[in-house]
Amino acid sequence: MSKTRTLTYRDAIREALREAMQRDDRVFLMGEDVGRYGGAYACSKGLLEEFGEARIRDAPLSESGFTGAGIGAALGGMRPIVEIMTVNFSLLALDQIVNTAATLRHMSGGQFSVPIVIRMATGAGRQLAAQHSHSLECWFAHVPGLRVVAPATVADARGMLWTALQDPDPVIIFEHATLYNEEGEIAAEGEFSCDLDKAAISRSGRDVSLITYSGSLSKTLDAAQRLAEDGIDCEVIDLRSLRPLDDATIMKSVNKTTRAVIVDEGWRSGSLAGEISARIVEQAFYSLDAPIERVCSEEVPIPYPSHLEKAATPQVESIVAAVRKTLRT
Amino acid sequence: MATGNETKVHLAREHALELLQQMILIRRFEEKCAELYSAEKIRGFLHLYIGEEANAVGVMQALGPDDAIVATYREHGHALARGLPAGEIMAEMFGKASGSSRGRGGSMHIFDARHRFYGGNAIVGGGLPLAVGLALADKMQGNNRVTCCFFGEGAAAEGEFHEALNLASLWDLPVLFICENNGYAMGTALERSESNPDISQHAAAYSIASEAVDGMNVVEVEAAARRAVDAIRAGKGPWFLENKTYRFRAHSMFDAELYRDKAEVEKWKKIGPVIRFSEWLLETGMIHQTDIDSIEREVAQTIDDAVAFAEQAPWEPVEDLTRDVMTPPAREEVRP
Ligand SMILES: Cc1ncc(C[n+]2csc(CCOP(=O)(O)OP(=O)(O)O)c2C)c(N)n1
Repeated sequence: MSKTRTLTYRDAIREALREAMQRDDRVFLMGEDVGRYGGAYACSKGLLEEFGEARIRDAPLSESGFTGAGIGAALGGMRPIVEIMTVNFSLLALDQIVNTAATLRHMSGGQFSVPIVIRMATGAGRQLAAQHSHSLECWFAHVPGLRVVAPATVADARGMLWTALQDPDPVIIFEHATLYNEEGEIAAEGEFSCDLDKAAISRSGRDVSLITYSGSLSKTLDAAQRLAEDGIDCEVIDLRSLRPLDDATIMKSVNKTTRAVIVDEGWRSGSLAGEISARIVEQAFYSLDAPIERVCSEEVPIPYPSHLEKAATPQVESIVAAVRKTLRT
Repeated sequence: MATGNETKVHLAREHALELLQQMILIRRFEEKCAELYSAEKIRGFLHLYIGEEANAVGVMQALGPDDAIVATYREHGHALARGLPAGEIMAEMFGKASGSSRGRGGSMHIFDARHRFYGGNAIVGGGLPLAVGLALADKMQGNNRVTCCFFGEGAAAEGEFHEALNLASLWDLPVLFICENNGYAMGTALERSESNPDISQHAAAYSIASEAVDGMNVVEVEAAARRAVDAIRAGKGPWFLENKTYRFRAHSMFDAELYRDKAEVEKWKKIGPVIRFSEWLLETGMIHQTDIDSIEREVAQTIDDAVAFAEQAPWEPVEDLTRDVMTPPAREEVRP
């Protein structure tokens, strides 16, 4: 067995940032408080000292401005990593991301690609209320011209950044805010970069396919564990890539289990879960033995009190209940 | 007491005690909040205003009950100075149903229609266009009211700041912009985020009258706010104050404060708004230590009551989770 080590999701991101800066001198990190403050989630702590102000670039509060500048720098030959504190704040930069980064390649008839990586935190679970807790990944996954990934594990947090930087097109990386302190095991050394396209089978099983991503993966695995105690054998799929979606892995699993539950922290209406369930119906309808179940956030801005925040977002209990429903147990 | 467009506030003893009382209330209330945060009664983000009290207290003196307030996530002081009940503010921070916003918002989102207190906005710069719109509504309806918008100097880098200033000036709207310049936006010092760190000059670029004020001096803040409000009420359009101040505590409870010197913080603490004002009042003989003692006792009681109110307040039932997303159809719109 090769050697492994334990580190946090946050440390994995920091290591990946450091490695990227060392491997490619076109790479720089830009965003609010990435330097002196050490990053809103401390992902870049210590990097300013190591790489200096030009490459660990503190930007003023101006999401639209510095994201757009990142797009321009990418066009101009650099490999920017833009950090936006949370997806809620990325709405101020949505114009640049959707109207410029995502369209330039096409509008220019293939002349200009935008090799930018944009990282941002997403998700609820820390009682930060309605302007800091939303899961809007699906808005970005809606847009042709973007690639959207969501590392749910420490290994992916470590590996996805470098691959994203090799991509000639814009890649958005969503980091769930509850994951930063999570620990995981990865190889002690070697090449960490990993593919961005394939969904992962996080747990294999025969009875029901549980399809999820990002912060909901660990809750889904917990639900699968709990159901296993009752003899229900769940397969858990971590999507990893939200655009494009890995239809093949999803359909293969659903064809095997004949049942699907999708766990998605976004609101149900117009959700990624809705898109996935449409694809299952289109591509695996005749395999299904039960209606597809969706476990999503309730249709309410995320409230501050803990009990309401929990009730608003997918939890182990609601996932277990949805699985039982597909099995009518 | 100040009147009309006098530059100097004539400080009567009663008024001095009032100002001091309000600043001490904010200070002690927030010290309690920090304690309750450690005790996990208050969760999420908690941004303390400690050190900046003179700004909310001074400015509120110039506003009447019909005027509107727009604030940020660092708004406990503004809510208290505006007269929102301390118990409801505390209950909000506990996430209880009796809170100012039914507990839905927490520390960053205090709202109160009765006091025309329009939050509690945690999107930096997000409050400025809102304030412009409130003022636009007043202008269009012929109300002689002022909308007062508080924000940090960090917001001055956002596009919304520039768009809002331009609109307010272009349309001649009754907005009082108060930039609370505490020197840092999280860990980013002003000089590191603005090509021109003289914020009041930004207002000048949009032809808005502006003034830089010592935001550690409550009397000076009040005087400047009165001048500004008088001008706005006289129909002279928007006005902009840059209050130079300092936050004594971390940005939020998650901040390790890697970006500034302890010595710098200590230096500012020496000229803190509470200590400076109370020492000055004692020196001039306008008040005595016994006055301060009785303010402290009163304030302690108010805070004890607020905490007790929050403790006893009910949690909202989970069944009500999706209430207040849309306005219920039964409610008829009342037109004035
Ligand atoms: C649009 C947006 N970007 C980033 C943040 C994160 N953030 C919260 S407060 C803050 C600093 C704001 O500084 P300033 O406006 O000076 O106000 P202060 O906190 O000093 O009172 C930042 C970067 C946010 N809340 N909203």
